[in-house]
Amino acid sequence: MAEASAPAGSAKTTYQRIVDGGSLKAQLRRANRRQRLSALAMTGPLLLFLLASFLIPIGVMLFRSVDDPLVGEALPRTVEALADWDRADLPDEAAYAALVEDLLALRDGGADGRAMIGRVATRLNFEDAGVRSTVTSTARKADAMEAPYKAALIEADEAWGDRGIWATIQRLGPDFTAVHFLASVDLRYTVDGEIAPQPQERQVYVSIWMRTLMISLTVTLACVALGYPVAYLLATLPMRTSNLLMVLVLLPFWTSLLVRTTSWIVVLGQNGVLLEFLAFLHLVDDVDRPRLIYNMTGSIVAMTHILLPFMILPLYSVMRGISPSYMRAAQNLGAPPATAFIKVYLPQTVPGLGAGCVLVFILAIGYYITPALVGGESGTMISNFIAHHMQRSLNWGFAAALGTLLLVGVMALYWVYDRIVGINNVKLG
Amino acid sequence: MAALPPYAGPAGIAWHYGFRVFCGFVLLFLILPILVIIPLSFNAEPYFTYSKAMITLQPEAYSWRWYMDIMKNGMAAPNANMWSWTWLSDSWNNAQWIHATKNSFIIAIFSTLIATALGTLAALGLTRAHMPFRKLIMALLISPMIVPLIISAAGMFFFYSSIGLSQTFPGIILAHAALGTPFVVITVTATLAGFDSNLIRASASLGASPPRTFFKVIVPLISPGVISGGLFAFVTSFDEVVVVLFLTGFEQRTVTRQMWAGVREQISPTILAVATLLVLVSILLLTTLELLRRRNERMRGMSAQ
Repeated sequence: MAEASAPAGSAKTTYQRIVDGGSLKAQLRRANRRQRLSALAMTGPLLLFLLASFLIPIGVMLFRSVDDPLVGEALPRTVEALADWDRADLPDEAAYAALVEDLLALRDGGADGRAMIGRVATRLNFEDAGVRSTVTSTARKADAMEAPYKAALIEADEAWGDRGIWATIQRLGPDFTAVHFLASVDLRYTVDGEIAPQPQERQVYVSIWMRTLMISLTVTLACVALGYPVAYLLATLPMRTSNLLMVLVLLPFWTSLLVRTTSWIVVLGQNGVLLEFLAFLHLVDDVDRPRLIYNMTGSIVAMTHILLPFMILPLYSVMRGISPSYMRAAQNLGAPPATAFIKVYLPQTVPGLGAGCVLVFILAIGYYITPALVGGESGTMISNFIAHHMQRSLNWGFAAALGTLLLVGVMALYWVYDRIVGINNVKLG
Repeated sequence: MAALPPYAGPAGIAWHYGFRVFCGFVLLFLILPILVIIPLSFNAEPYFTYSKAMITLQPEAYSWRWYMDIMKNGMAAPNANMWSWTWLSDSWNNAQWIHATKNSFIIAIFSTLIATALGTLAALGLTRAHMPFRKLIMALLISPMIVPLIISAAGMFFFYSSIGLSQTFPGIILAHAALGTPFVVITVTATLAGFDSNLIRASASLGASPPRTFFKVIVPLISPGVISGGLFAFVTSFDEVVVVLFLTGFEQRTVTRQMWAGVREQISPTILAVATLLVLVSILLLTTLELLRRRNERMRGMSAQ
């Protein structure tokens, strides 16, 4: 910078170079900019790496929740014919003819076209259960159909005489859709294009969301109830003893999640260690044993165990910094121990408490492995449903919508965490 | 809390001991489930409960059979002459768990190297005084730790499939490297936060060139942070299941994937033997980290506890 303006080998003094480089202010600004750029350049590689390997993949996945061009691509003529349909009555002959033409075009499109028929049928089936066979069987019969196509199609499958399937095709015609988000909260479009609750038997997800929140909240509260006293004990014991006891917290923290979940299967199972022991002591009925695993209890106990260190560690580091003389002073001034604790000690631990709670809650709300292994039916959470739609039902758009909602919630909590702790102050272990 | 004060009344005494008993139970709750599986992994019977013979410490109730199963399962000739050279090489090449262990190590080592290199460099940049957008960048760099794994896994599954990286080693290594970087960034940033920049000036004023300062002054001081960050990244990769389930095929299966399948389908005591070995690994890690922490404190002239 400054050197560049002075020709190499010239006998200029530092003073002259400063003068040549412009005002001191400008040089300072330039030097600062250089510093900033070099700092950015150092974080650049990681930022680019994460962008390519993590952030873009997630962004692309989230985009799937609204991006839904399949029906428009597979049935272009039908979608166009339905563009002005007012849904008051069945569409006119032109739409029926367009559908037959579309199906024939797909059938003539070789293996790709036939695969497309299957995909469209599946896609429509996610919206209207039972439509898959309507589409595939009609496609098979399309060769033999003759005008008027309206009568021919309705004869091939009664569903074509119903407004529902046509409304679904019309709604999915555009490239973008909101149906997945509506379905995530048990809503749907009616035939008339209004937003209404799903039919009773398909109302699942609101209760899953509530259950996910409930389990996360219970786990967080359990972690506070168990973790706060332990952190207090560890923080007030002499360093040597507390370091020793700390191993009991850190060893689970460092042990694989899968190992700990497996342990709970062994401990809580029907013939597991705990129930055998209690039955031996005649504390539970040997024959009619309570069920502790493969239900919500299993999820909550195992998750509390796994997340407890995340509560104890931040609490401990805050409590270590609190001088015991405050409590002594409060008691000296006549406060009973309980009052001294509530008025003096507790407020000082709020940062640690907040950090621990938000951390545990964030981790709990996205839990997948533990509920999948020990949660049974009643202990599964939203992550398990995302995995189900990713891997089993292959309704990827819907999985993406559930994931987007989950991510938005977690990001909001992340923001809260940042306000409480500051991302720059995150510590581990 | 340190000691029972002499003026404590009966209620105070009851509280004092009651509190300690409660904390004792919580600590047992934390550690017992992990310890309980260790003796069970030596159970001679294929059950998950302590038999009478085990409790009365009869030697024939204990056996190494599940540990042998780890080595044997999948071998071409498991009953050949045991511990012979051919038997060992058969186990090394064909046993399911050995194969999975090799994969886990390969994936964890390479992803740790990537995460540590990129994370350390980024942390050095982030702690510079003139770092612009520090907060935003930090938030982005930490995000792999915060985003629920199922979302990361789903996103990576689609993206990596579309560029042909799913069911390959590079794919899963890149994914795990991304998940491990936040830990490196956090630990190295924390180490650098206590870094006295006067040491750099002192080094320069004594005539050291910048590279010499970097290698002789900065590196020794931050290396404990880098190593513990690396260990975190290693454990993250080694213990990770969700992304593995979405991104790997049969060839790249890891110990965790094998365990997941075992627990889901038919849980056998072999799983407990593997779990016991993994607990041993975490004890080793914990010890290493503790030694590093002490070294770090010593080097900074703080009193080692």
